[in-house]
Amino acid sequence: MNYNWNWGIFFQPSPEGAGTYLGMLVTGLQWTVVTALCSWALAFTLGSIVGIVRTLPQAWARRLGDAYVELFRNIPVLVQMFLWFFVLPELLPQAAGMWVKQLPNAPFWTAVVCLGFFTSARVAEQVRAGILALSRGQSMAGLALGLTRAQTYRHVLLPMAYRIVMPPLTSEFLNNLKNTSVALTIGLLELTARARAIQEFSFQVFEAFTAATVVYLLINLVVVGAMSLLERRLRVPGFIMAK
Amino acid sequence: MFSDFDFDVIARSARYLLVDGLGFTLTLTALATAGGVVFGTLLALARLSSLPLLPRVAGLYVNVLRSLPLVLVIFWFYFLVPYIGQWTTGASRPIQVGAFWSALITFTLFEAAYFCEIIRAGIQSIPRGQIAAGQALGLTYAQVTTTIVLPQAFRTMLPVLLTQTIVLFQDTSLVYVISITDLLGAAAKVAQRDGRLVEMYLFAAAIYFVISLTASLLVKRLQARIAIIR
Repeated sequence: MNYNWNWGIFFQPSPEGAGTYLGMLVTGLQWTVVTALCSWALAFTLGSIVGIVRTLPQAWARRLGDAYVELFRNIPVLVQMFLWFFVLPELLPQAAGMWVKQLPNAPFWTAVVCLGFFTSARVAEQVRAGILALSRGQSMAGLALGLTRAQTYRHVLLPMAYRIVMPPLTSEFLNNLKNTSVALTIGLLELTARARAIQEFSFQVFEAFTAATVVYLLINLVVVGAMSLLERRLRVPGFIMAK
Repeated sequence: MFSDFDFDVIARSARYLLVDGLGFTLTLTALATAGGVVFGTLLALARLSSLPLLPRVAGLYVNVLRSLPLVLVIFWFYFLVPYIGQWTTGASRPIQVGAFWSALITFTLFEAAYFCEIIRAGIQSIPRGQIAAGQALGLTYAQVTTTIVLPQAFRTMLPVLLTQTIVLFQDTSLVYVISITDLLGAAAKVAQRDGRLVEMYLFAAAIYFVISLTASLLVKRLQARIAIIR
C-alpha cells in the first residue's frame, strides 16, 4: 500500500478558518447527536400514538394506523428525505413554501421531521407488538374495574408494553441514530459528512473514516450499556423480561 | 397545487428511469442478496463453530458493521476497494474497479452481517438432537450442516430473509452518495436537468412504494402458508 498515513492530521488547522480537523469531527458529532435525539422524541411520540391506535377495538382506526405504517415503511429513507426537502415546499401554498425554504437550519429541521416520521412507523410496530403481547385479560380486568379505555392504556397496558419492547426500541433508537447520516445528502453537516469533508480537504481519507467509525462504535456501546442499565432499573418483580 | 404538474416529463423519462435506473437497482439487490446470504451463512457457521478465535472474529465483524451507518460503509469501501485490489493482486497502483463493483462489494459485505444474524437464529432454532443424531449416523460436519441444519434453517427463516431483502432493496437507494445511476439516481438526474423535482421524486417514491408493498404482502402470505405446513 502506497498510502501516506498521517494521524497528526486531526490537530492541523482546518481550511474552514477557525479550529482544527478534530474540531470539525466534534461539531459533526454534535449535529448527529442533536438530530438523533430530536427525531427520536418525535418518532417516539408519533409511534406510540399510532401503535396504540392500531390496538383499538375500532376497525377503521386500526386500518388507518396500518396505512400510516405501510406508507412510511415502504419508501426508502433517502427518498423520504428528498420528498420533505425538495417536494413538500413546492406543494404547499406559495407563502408557506417560501417560509419553509427560508428556515434557518433547514436541513436540520427537515432531517428531524423526516427521520421522526420514518422511525415512528417502526416504533408503532414495536408498541403494537408490546401491547398485543399482553394477555387479553389485562385490558378486560382494567375495564371491569371501571377504568376508562384511556386509563386502562395509561395505567395497565402501556407500562408493561414499553418494558417488554425495550430491547427492540433500543435498536430502533440506534437505527435512527445511524440514519441521521442519510441527511448529509440534503446538507446536514453531521459526523459522516464531516469525515467526508476532511477527506476532500486533506486527502487523508482513511484517518477521517477511522475516526468516524470509532465514534459511531463508542456511541453504540454507550447507548446499549445505558439501556441495559435502565432495563434493569425498571424491571418489574415477578416478570421475566425478554433478554 | 398540482396545476403545473408535468406528467410529460415522466412519460419522456420513464424508459431511462425504469430500464437504466430500476434495472440497476434490481440487479444490485439480486446480486447483493445472493452474495450476502452466502457470506452471511459462512459468518453464521463461523459464529457458532467450536473452533478457537473464529466465533470471536466473525462476531466482531458482524457487530462492527451493524453499528455503522450504511452511508459511512459505502464511503469506506468506495475508497478502500482500490487499495485492497492493489494489495491482493500486487499491482503497482490502486486498482480502479468502478462504482458498480464498489457498490456490489459494499452491499454484499454489509448485508452479510444482517443475514448472518437471521441465519444464526434459524440454525439455533433446530433441536440439538438432530445434529447429534446426524453425527451418530456417522455423517461429517459438512454433511450434517448442508443436509440437515441449513435446509431447515433457511426454510424457517425464509420470511425474515425476504423481509431483509426488501430492506436491502430500499437501502440500495443510498448509492446516490457515490453518484451511481440507480432508480433514485436516474430520477435525480432528470429532476435536475429538467427542473422537475416534484414529479421525479414523487414518481421514484411511488415505484419504491409499490414494489416494497407488493413484496411485503407476498412475504406475509408466504409466512401464513409456511406456518400452516409446520
